[in-house]
Amino acid sequence: MRLGRRFVIAVPTLWLLLFFMVPFLVVLKISLAEPRIAIPPYSPLWEWVNGSLKFNINLENYSYMWEDSLYLNAYLSSIKIAAIATLLTLLAGYPMAYYIARSPEPRRSILLLLVVLPFWTSFLLRVYAWIGILKTNGILNAVLLWAGIIDEPLVIMQTDVAVYIGIVYTYLPFLILPLYANLVKLDDTLLEASRDLGASRMSSFFRITLPLSMPGIIAGSMLVFIPVLGEYVIPALLGGPDTLMIGKVLWNEYFSNRDWPVASAVAIVMLVIMMIPIMILRRAQARGAEI
Amino acid sequence: MKLRFTPIMALLGYLFLYGPIISLVVYSFNKSKLVTVWGGWSTKWYAELFANQQIMDAAKLSLKIAVVSASVATVLGTMMAMVLVRFKRVRGKGLMGGMVTGPLVMPDVIIGLSLLLLFVAMQSLIGWPAGRGLTTILIAHITFNMAYVAVVVQSRLSDMDDSIEEAALDLGASPARVFFDITLPMITPALVSGWLLAFTLSLDDLVISSFVSGPGATTLPMVIFSKVRLGVSPDINALASLIVLAVSIGIIVSALLMRQKPK
Repeated sequence: MRLGRRFVIAVPTLWLLLFFMVPFLVVLKISLAEPRIAIPPYSPLWEWVNGSLKFNINLENYSYMWEDSLYLNAYLSSIKIAAIATLLTLLAGYPMAYYIARSPEPRRSILLLLVVLPFWTSFLLRVYAWIGILKTNGILNAVLLWAGIIDEPLVIMQTDVAVYIGIVYTYLPFLILPLYANLVKLDDTLLEASRDLGASRMSSFFRITLPLSMPGIIAGSMLVFIPVLGEYVIPALLGGPDTLMIGKVLWNEYFSNRDWPVASAVAIVMLVIMMIPIMILRRAQARGAEI
Repeated sequence: MKLRFTPIMALLGYLFLYGPIISLVVYSFNKSKLVTVWGGWSTKWYAELFANQQIMDAAKLSLKIAVVSASVATVLGTMMAMVLVRFKRVRGKGLMGGMVTGPLVMPDVIIGLSLLLLFVAMQSLIGWPAGRGLTTILIAHITFNMAYVAVVVQSRLSDMDDSIEEAALDLGASPARVFFDITLPMITPALVSGWLLAFTLSLDDLVISSFVSGPGATTLPMVIFSKVRLGVSPDINALASLIVLAVSIGIIVSALLMRQKPK
């Protein structure tokens, strides 16, 4: 039976090692290579020359990224867009999570199901839906013009505003679920005590509910922030040419410029940047589990 | 009556979640190609959708990939979850746990690029996989899907009381027998939801597939993406409505099944 046990451990572990961990080493290796017009289009990192091993480590891809302001701006702009979008998602998601957590039981499950349901329909098609709504002759402008709120159609498509709407829309469930899981555990007696002692609703919220829901807020925010940093589909479909995001830069570097070493260097720097929010998420999840 | 803040915000939130989906469905029945012009009810976009050979072929390929990758991922993910929750004295468990949650937070562009570079390196080293296409997409989808399945099964296993399994072991049942006779029936709901999640994610993946795919292997999201980049196209609305219909039927059926089950 020892054999069976080894088999169960080895198969999934080897799979993940080969197809999840090793690829990062390959990316790291290629980010240190020189681009070449060949198949594959990069230079070997080490080769045998006259019986001795020769290394060709090339840091030019990284220095090139540092010198060309496009990359630095793309990283900063991704962080900015992800941060603002996360904040907006939090502002939209917190009241929903709070409302669901405070609802009586049978209704609570239905409300929660309604939050998760859109997630089961295609992500791509839900982003696409916003093109028809936001474009200059789209539904939103038609409604606003008809209601007399605006005189000229608003230009929202192909701006950062459209990207924010798309992100909040698609990532809302990722924020609501952990936040709900936290808020539903909130002890009612604490709120009752503070109300009895004369605190207003507002002050009970800001001094009890909000601080206690911090692990949920952090976990939910990181679950939005981290994937949005590398988001490609939303800026590609809803954003304009000025919408600078690192996922789009990496995509173009690979698909348009065919520069594999620079694409790899972009990915490595992105991974390093992402380590920080991933650690914050880990800690928040560990803390959330304790409560 | 005083208007309360949170119920209103929650209501607006739900409108925000469902408005766009409803607009997709409504405009799939619009006779006119323009979004703002209502040309009357029509089902012509559905006819056009089914007549589009490119979309139909891509849909078949995507369904095939989704079924195979979700099934393999369910087996591998369950094995991983068993190791993480039930196995004692396993070296490197922490690393395994980290590897499992890795694909969940990693951006698609990085997973796609790194797998592609691995496949290219493997091909020049050992000649396999020869070229890119169905096989490479399957491997990629299994990899990220098994992470999702492992997380779903893992949470079910750790909520589950393991005293029955231990009793069976004490009474002399082999570990394999305990798994198939006791653990498996108890985690079946988690396996089903893990499989469905994996199926949906595979059917939906654009970015990773685009990186690891080759000529001749065009999945449905790739066709949709290249079409909608050029703007609104009503046959895609028809496709979206069919997906919404399928998901709704699935939810209603599973709700009915849950209700029938005696508590």
